[in-house]
Amino acid sequence: MLQKMYDWIDERIDITPIWRDIADHEVPEHVNPAHHFSAFVYCFGGLTFFVVVIQILSGMFLTMYYVPDIENAWKSVYYLQTQVAHGQIVRGMHHWGASVVIVMLLLHTLRVFFQGAYKKPRELNWMVGVLLFFVMLGLGFTGYLLPWDNKAYFATEVGLNIAGQVPLIGDWLITLLGGHPEIIGAQTLTRFFAIHVFFLPGALFALLAVHFILIRRQGISGPL
Amino acid sequence: MSDKKKQVTRRQFLNYTLTGVGGFMAAGLLMSPLRMAIDPVLQPSGDGDYANVGLAVDDITKDPQPVEWEIEQVDAWYKSDVTQKAFVFKDDKDEIVALSPKCTHLGCMVSWEGSESHPDQFYCPCHDGRFTKDGTNIEGTPPTEPLHEYEHKVEDGMLFLGKAYPRGEA
Repeated sequence: MLQKMYDWIDERIDITPIWRDIADHEVPEHVNPAHHFSAFVYCFGGLTFFVVVIQILSGMFLTMYYVPDIENAWKSVYYLQTQVAHGQIVRGMHHWGASVVIVMLLLHTLRVFFQGAYKKPRELNWMVGVLLFFVMLGLGFTGYLLPWDNKAYFATEVGLNIAGQVPLIGDWLITLLGGHPEIIGAQTLTRFFAIHVFFLPGALFALLAVHFILIRRQGISGPL
Repeated sequence: MSDKKKQVTRRQFLNYTLTGVGGFMAAGLLMSPLRMAIDPVLQPSGDGDYANVGLAVDDITKDPQPVEWEIEQVDAWYKSDVTQKAFVFKDDKDEIVALSPKCTHLGCMVSWEGSESHPDQFYCPCHDGRFTKDGTNIEGTPPTEPLHEYEHKVEDGMLFLGKAYPRGEA
């Protein structure tokens, strides 16, 4: 059945070459944990991506209940946590995943760093990776405010004050991020929500695409 | 490979295994989010409590009169007072009838004698739906069933209304 559906599509638009190009390629021996167990370090990038997928999926579902408004944000999260079946689990996935993704990202970065995999000709991908790291930190920072509890509020207070330490443009940066020079409130929450749910994920997808395309073009760096 | 039985090739075996494991992981990943997403569908529909609508039974006339009352509505994390509306009258058998003003076509609000050209009828301004006094939809207008009727009870001479239910009759 599935084969027939695949054949039907393939006959018309010839997707097999595209599929081959994306998924069907050899894994070199030195990155295959079945050959050398220590090669598991090559999994960290893929694991990071896997956790990112979890974050995207759980995040999409969370927006079914969450509302980015200072009156209702906390209440909607509380409702999700206490009244909705499996709501606690889905928010838990997003909450813990947010930390796990940073851990995986760091492990992946360490592997690339200590293996010198960032060296020519792969400097560009290292830079894209660093940008991805910043995007991830931004996602973590903006997502932290969304439950609108005390911890979230004061973490953002601190975060915005850190941004305010930037020479010359500090004050301007606070207003741009928080929506108001002094108040962390209605505009801050909607801004952080928009950044967390639309702007940064958009940047994330674009950078991930570049990251992966570069890997396919350049291949995995050779054995040490 | 001498026997005629269909052999599972190494490639097939790996394909099945990977698909199985991948499917298992995807299912595990999506189970909770999907359960959470369909939660509203699985909620039991609560029976409405009866509310005093502030109308004495003695004041109910043969003509439909609009009554409004407020109920506390709990919408997930948002509680609010919403206004309910009904048209109340006594029918020919002196029975109390409380009709929901919600048009059975697409849910606009009907009003009693809302159109000058149709006296003694409920009229819906959205698509010219009409109902007779007892709530029966008039043939040739959009509504397909009669106006819903509130369940009612009388306590201390006051009218209490509950939930509006569809009526079986045509």
